[in-house]
Amino acid sequence: MNAHIVSPYLTFAYLIASVCFILALQGLSSPTNARRGNAIGAFGMLVAVVGTLILAGIIDYKWIAAGLIIGSVIGAAMSIWIPMTKMPERIALSHCFGGLAAALVGVVEYHHRGAAIDRFTMGALGLEVFLGFLTFTGSLMAFGKLQGLITGAPVTWKGQNASNITMFCAALVLLVLLVIDPSRSVLFYAMGALGLLVGVLAVLPIGGADMPVVISLLNSYAGLASAATGFALGNNVLIIAGALDGTSGFLLSMKMSKAMNRSFANVLFGAFGQVAPAADGAAGPAANYNLATVEDAVGVLTASQSVIVVPGYGMAVSQAQHAVRELAQALEANGATVKYAIHPVAGRMPGHMNVLLAEANVPYDQLFDLDDINDEFSRTDVALVVGANDVVNPAAKNNPGSPIHGMPVFNVEESRAVIVLKRSMNTGFAGIENDLFVQPNTMMVLGDAKKTLREFISGVKEEAAA
Amino acid sequence: MANELLFGLFIFVLAGFLGHYVIEKVPPLLHTPLMAGTNAISGISLVGSLVAAGSGWGWTATLLGFIAVTCATINTVGGFLITDRMLKMFKRRGGKG
Repeated sequence: MNAHIVSPYLTFAYLIASVCFILALQGLSSPTNARRGNAIGAFGMLVAVVGTLILAGIIDYKWIAAGLIIGSVIGAAMSIWIPMTKMPERIALSHCFGGLAAALVGVVEYHHRGAAIDRFTMGALGLEVFLGFLTFTGSLMAFGKLQGLITGAPVTWKGQNASNITMFCAALVLLVLLVIDPSRSVLFYAMGALGLLVGVLAVLPIGGADMPVVISLLNSYAGLASAATGFALGNNVLIIAGALDGTSGFLLSMKMSKAMNRSFANVLFGAFGQVAPAADGAAGPAANYNLATVEDAVGVLTASQSVIVVPGYGMAVSQAQHAVRELAQALEANGATVKYAIHPVAGRMPGHMNVLLAEANVPYDQLFDLDDINDEFSRTDVALVVGANDVVNPAAKNNPGSPIHGMPVFNVEESRAVIVLKRSMNTGFAGIENDLFVQPNTMMVLGDAKKTLREFISGVKEEAAA
Repeated sequence: MANELLFGLFIFVLAGFLGHYVIEKVPPLLHTPLMAGTNAISGISLVGSLVAAGSGWGWTATLLGFIAVTCATINTVGGFLITDRMLKMFKRRGGKG
């Protein structure tokens, strides 16, 4: 695509697309308008693609048609049949495709233009290929970790940060050398290879609990790779869409880091899990848990007037969102009010819990953010913790030595009774002891969350009928 | 060329600011659809892939372009569909979205 022979009609089509994309994001400011916004965004995409097919001087449609058809079939299949609990994996894969597409377009451009390339375009292409390949392998790693193909625990080795930073700097040096002399193709391909390597090595050390930050950051990189493509091709709609995606991912990762009271740098280079061995060694008070039976818990639940449910990643793992909603309905039928407290980093990606509960038909006006609900625990009969751990750990507030100290957490221990559903008494991913579990007003019910919730539901219904 | 760079930067920075203000208004409730939606939007790199695959630049370009078209199409088609599927689920009490 040469910037000088672009048809004015095509430029106009891209302008329409850009406006549609902004409207699509604006629609997401409320659930009522969001679907319409998304449709507007899809329309904009259609205008841009059809415009390109007709007006961009394309001469051979065979392979394009094949790619469009195969891509549409795979894309549709991945969207229609994937379960909502697999949404983080789905998003990681799409970052992977986005990064690869941008990187390959960069390689083709470089290959095609050869020595005729100017320095500015070279800089953009270099960034595009580096970021694109980094996003590709980084997202593959994130997918592998989420899917359990690679250990979700942080993988660390000696000199890790030093080697990662060295590789980043090496990529920067290559970029500068390329801008000085764009004809050195070895450097260009070396840079792409470095991107692939950095993607793997940068995500490997990051633990499962930090996934919300990593996925947001990869989202941002995928956007920046698209924007770099726009710079290289002189195409404004790519620059705009890439800037929007880049900003969105960046903002989300800032919010997620803040919700863990950790800096960006700490998530990327901190290797959370390194703290784990020390915490494991000090497993002193492990015997003091107040293990409760289902009957005990049902008794407390049926006697309560107000319940706040605190879901976590465990709810997604056991696919318990429907059981949670059914229990809530049984409790409401019993005269209680039920609310849900959603922590920004509960789950494996931003908004993970909201989507799962929405899938289970929980009305979104029952879902509350951290700041909106945290004062209510002290006035609540029961806090029901379903597979959440770090976000309800009081150590974040009162133990300066804890690795999560300073992270904003729910004040669940202030409610009259706390019921915690947990698979086993092992410490979670992060390997941090949770003082909540040994509080006198906490009842631990061990086992699969969905199964336990089903027993709660029949128990509550029986008591209500009695 | 310097002009083109500056013009591109101009657009990039303004779009970034606009994005910041628009995205700040997205409630945490919709952060997953936001991510899926921005993914679909940045699949616009599809237009670059189309040119790479269809301009008759030799078999390397066509092959890599074809893979890029496939990947970008997965993201645009899949991205808008899954965003819609998610947004459809968000309902108020009483059933209405």
